[in-house]
Amino acid sequence: MKQEAHIGKFVGRPMERVEDAPLLAGQALFCDSLPTRPGVLHAAILRSPHAQAEILSIDTAEALRQPGVVAVLTGKEIKEDSDPFLIVLRKPMDQWSLAIDRVRFVGESVAVVVAKDRYVAEDALDYIKVAYKPLPAVIDAREAAKEGAPLVHPACGSNVVSERHFSYGDPDKAFAEADKVVELTIDYPRNSQTPLEGYVVMADYRQEDKVYDVVSNFQGPFTVHPVMSKALRVKGPQLRMRSPAYSGGGFGIKQAMFPYVVLMCIASKRVGRPVKWVEDRLEHLTAAIAAPNRVIRARAACKKDGKVTAFRFEQLDDYGAYLRPPMPGPLYRQHGIMTGGYDVKNMTITNRLVMTNKTPSGMVRGFGGPQIYYGLERLMQRVAVELGLDPLDVIRKNLIPAGSFPYRACAGALVESGDYQTAVAMAIRDGKLDELKARREKARAEGRLYGIGYAVVVEPAQSNMGYLSTINTVEERRKAGPKGGNVAYATVAVDPLGGVSVTADSLPQGQGHATVLSQVVADELGIDAADIVCNMERDTQRDPWSIATGNYSSRFSSATAVSALHAARKVRAKMARIAAHVLGVPAERIGFAEGKVFCIEDPEKSLRFSRVAGTAHWSPSELPPGMEPGMTEIGVWSAPEIEPPNDADQINTSLTYGFVFDICGLEVDRDTGKIRIDRYITTHDSGVLLNPLLANGQIYGGFGWGVGAALSEQFVYGEDGSFLSGTFSDYLCPTACEVPEPQILHMETPSPLTPLGAKGIGEGSVMSTPVCIANAFADATGIKDVKLPLNPWKVAALIQGEEPPRPKGQAAPARARTSGKGLQGEGSAFVPATPEQVWATLINPEKLAQVIPGCSKLEAVGPNSYRAELSLGVGAVRGRFEARITLSNLKAPKSGVISGGLQGPLGSSEGVGNITLEAVSGGTQLNYDYGFDISGKVAAVGGRMLDGTARVIMKQFFERLASLTEGRAVAAAAPPPASWWKRLLKALGIAR
Amino acid sequence: MPQVTSDGRTLINFILNGKPASGQAEPRMLLSDFLRQVAGLTEVHVGCEHGICGACTLRIDGEPARSCLTFAVQIEGRRVDTVQSLLGPRGELNDLQAAFRKHHSLQCGYCTTGILMSATAFLEKNPNPGEEEIRDMLSGHICRCTGYVGMVRAIKEVVASRSAKSKVPA
Ligand code: FES
Ligand code: FES
Repeated sequence: MKQEAHIGKFVGRPMERVEDAPLLAGQALFCDSLPTRPGVLHAAILRSPHAQAEILSIDTAEALRQPGVVAVLTGKEIKEDSDPFLIVLRKPMDQWSLAIDRVRFVGESVAVVVAKDRYVAEDALDYIKVAYKPLPAVIDAREAAKEGAPLVHPACGSNVVSERHFSYGDPDKAFAEADKVVELTIDYPRNSQTPLEGYVVMADYRQEDKVYDVVSNFQGPFTVHPVMSKALRVKGPQLRMRSPAYSGGGFGIKQAMFPYVVLMCIASKRVGRPVKWVEDRLEHLTAAIAAPNRVIRARAACKKDGKVTAFRFEQLDDYGAYLRPPMPGPLYRQHGIMTGGYDVKNMTITNRLVMTNKTPSGMVRGFGGPQIYYGLERLMQRVAVELGLDPLDVIRKNLIPAGSFPYRACAGALVESGDYQTAVAMAIRDGKLDELKARREKARAEGRLYGIGYAVVVEPAQSNMGYLSTINTVEERRKAGPKGGNVAYATVAVDPLGGVSVTADSLPQGQGHATVLSQVVADELGIDAADIVCNMERDTQRDPWSIATGNYSSRFSSATAVSALHAARKVRAKMARIAAHVLGVPAERIGFAEGKVFCIEDPEKSLRFSRVAGTAHWSPSELPPGMEPGMTEIGVWSAPEIEPPNDADQINTSLTYGFVFDICGLEVDRDTGKIRIDRYITTHDSGVLLNPLLANGQIYGGFGWGVGAALSEQFVYGEDGSFLSGTFSDYLCPTACEVPEPQILHMETPSPLTPLGAKGIGEGSVMSTPVCIANAFADATGIKDVKLPLNPWKVAALIQGEEPPRPKGQAAPARARTSGKGLQGEGSAFVPATPEQVWATLINPEKLAQVIPGCSKLEAVGPNSYRAELSLGVGAVRGRFEARITLSNLKAPKSGVISGGLQGPLGSSEGVGNITLEAVSGGTQLNYDYGFDISGKVAAVGGRMLDGTARVIMKQFFERLASLTEGRAVAAAAPPPASWWKRLLKALGIAR
Repeated sequence: MPQVTSDGRTLINFILNGKPASGQAEPRMLLSDFLRQVAGLTEVHVGCEHGICGACTLRIDGEPARSCLTFAVQIEGRRVDTVQSLLGPRGELNDLQAAFRKHHSLQCGYCTTGILMSATAFLEKNPNPGEEEIRDMLSGHICRCTGYVGMVRAIKEVVASRSAKSKVPA
């Protein structure tokens, strides 16, 4: 439904992007390719292998001795040169750019090496010796919220650092009068859209004017600029933040690089030279940020006919180890619209914010929306199931009625426009729901698992900068002063020859903002969009910016594009006055088209666009009286409707509200558990589409990530807090084989609150897709508790029941990736010597040193307890470890227990093994079992290989034991008959 | 024989986008780092450094290869082609690149240069692929921005137009 009224010569048309040619030619400069000042040094960061530990000491001496290393910084230097980051809550939970005294998540920055190049810097990390005292960690959000859980920030006294209750309307009455209360608890997993380009920071401290000059791919919002400058103890202008025009994706995540900005600033100050740091993939997955995982207990008070009269939401949002600003945004950003697309007047919300020993949470596309809609739309599906109604009927019964816009939601959102019924009807008709239902009937008749799901989302855009103050009580808010608005800036300049250039504060990361700005400005000025140059770089020392500056909350089309419109209108007004002055007609009668400025009534009376612009540059004296010379205008825009929260805790959390309605048909393979998305229809009303090509790009991209979130993406932690998703073969991003092409339908109900009529379009699909797929899955299988991601092994377990136990005698493969308990195994070996001889080898330190694979040094530190140095490898990574080994429960020559731990730059491990010796004919049969936990880099990248590696190491251990006991070559030892498992390992090349 | 300098670096001679090129690298230097830091290329992007994302893909002697899994010293005497090899004499985009622009196949564009190299080699070997084969080829790459729709469309369109052209006698 394209409304011609909104189409200009350029605006509203699917114009190809002006950004693309340099990208396609490989000439676009991403941050890592930007020039650096001569003398630049490179940084590498040492990270914690522990989820929670005290730092006892850090010894950097050996690292500093490495050739090419210039400096090593630890928490001590950071404490001297900076202050902790400001946080949203007044709570004793300091965070610095390097850990001070304690680490709280695996991957936390502990030290930084600055060296002549990155290879040298990374190598030197191995020589930093950190002594940790591991402490119990808490990983699960529910566990962390319990009394007596290990505390992430002991000074807070609880891991639940904020709890607020909200009530709107009369929920108690509605629940008391309900025909039925439907209840559901959901667990939304940790994930992230993980941009393909990681963080890049170049910091250059200039002693002469005490300015930290930073070039980075930071994406804003600049609410964290004061956070950084305060941490660095400088005034705002002394922290110059620059960013390039091209960035390799952001999705919110490049907001959270600010601790690294501060870290590199301090490093640069310390070494007196520029310092550059480029994050690698392991660092990004481990330590950048994740969307908060959330537990929602959701309840709906329903009438028999499916009308919902009230909601209760209890949310427990997990922020990981630190509350980085602007956290806990995801819990409040959509507070005003927690009722979604439904006309429900009564609601309670309980928001609890919990800390755990995981990577801090942060901004990720959707910003709480995927979580909220997972709860709300799963609940609506359950309402239908439990009342025996069609889910679509339940949706339609509860949608905000057409004609009731602007609609004030009970929690405060002012939903300015829409027609949800028409959008849903369009989806049913143009998306051919009938056909989809027929496919379901047919599949089911054939015994296949096929389901249809729906999802309704109200897509908020342009956040009210005051939404986070809803976390504070009314009294606290009064004290702090009101916060609201969202200020956007753009400039439009016309040079003496009529060339037009535009700058704007949106810090794009692939959305095509330059293209849309060209379109908007071209239409205003009557010139060709292709003739406009947009410079999307940002420089806080030169460009206008506000705390709202940045690329987030889908603010571009409703905020930045409008500020560009304003700037262009100012230029137009000025040029019209100049032309009117010259042509002798009233300024209101001046038109702009085809590069001409003319009198509307008499187009013959015209001037070239360039001529009019030139006047303002060349001959100010010819300007109309009182007019300022020059032709550069700044456009500023903040909509008045985004006010601070009121005393009833109602808040209009965003300026615009679009509508999304999705339908998904999918099939679940009964044998493999694999989900095949058969058809997907996504309907959007995002107001006026400024560029339909780019609008669809946002939908396709958001859908693509939604499919990943639904089917494969999750940050997995072991129970001990080890991080197990450190590579792209553990964190599974969907490829072209997993993401089908959705059918997109559009409706355009303009927003009356933005001059261009546009709403946001960047996030709706990431909110709707995961839950729509889950609802289809629930429809296919009848399962109520649907936990994402629906990867095949999980689905298979759900639809087929647990696997039958393994045949006896076959060791279970270690489930390191899922249980996080580390590795377990058992086995046996044969040594052609008596148990007494074997025993003698085991308790002899010199021999033990030779028996342990990779051991270069072993010294006794007490009776039967040793300190050793080992070198071990998993897959391609090999590292040095320090080991503690204790032999206990020794019953010579029958049995004993070996326990201990490993510690090294690649990670750490704690474990225990039992060994028994039994005399058999011709020698000794050794039986062993072991179990150990692994954390750090090895766990993060090597999950798939650990089991095999452990077995290889065990095998080597016993081969050497046999060889040393007998004094014979290893190969000569007669092995017991190989089990099927060993034969398999051999066949796979894992064992010899 | 490779020449080794006193600081352990090797002089590498190779053909870069049709022209002779050379540079020095330590034996352990990755090809991706070498091309970016020594040869000064901006089109080789690094997204994972472990061979999964495909952003660093280029062609070595015509075969698509991950430059993050290749050592610089391995290209001695070989032909390396990056996305620049697709450009016309005055830097014009070729039909595949233009189709990518037309179908909005890229957003941030970080993955794009690698994908163009895989797609180019793929279409040389397989000028008439179906959608499933195209998607299969693309599955060697991760794109976080686009959902792959535009790429599939662009490649399909190029397949159609190239095969139409090859049918018309010149
Ligand atoms: S950077 Fe080479 S495959 Fe990802
Ligand atoms: S366009 Fe951004 S990763 Fe593909």
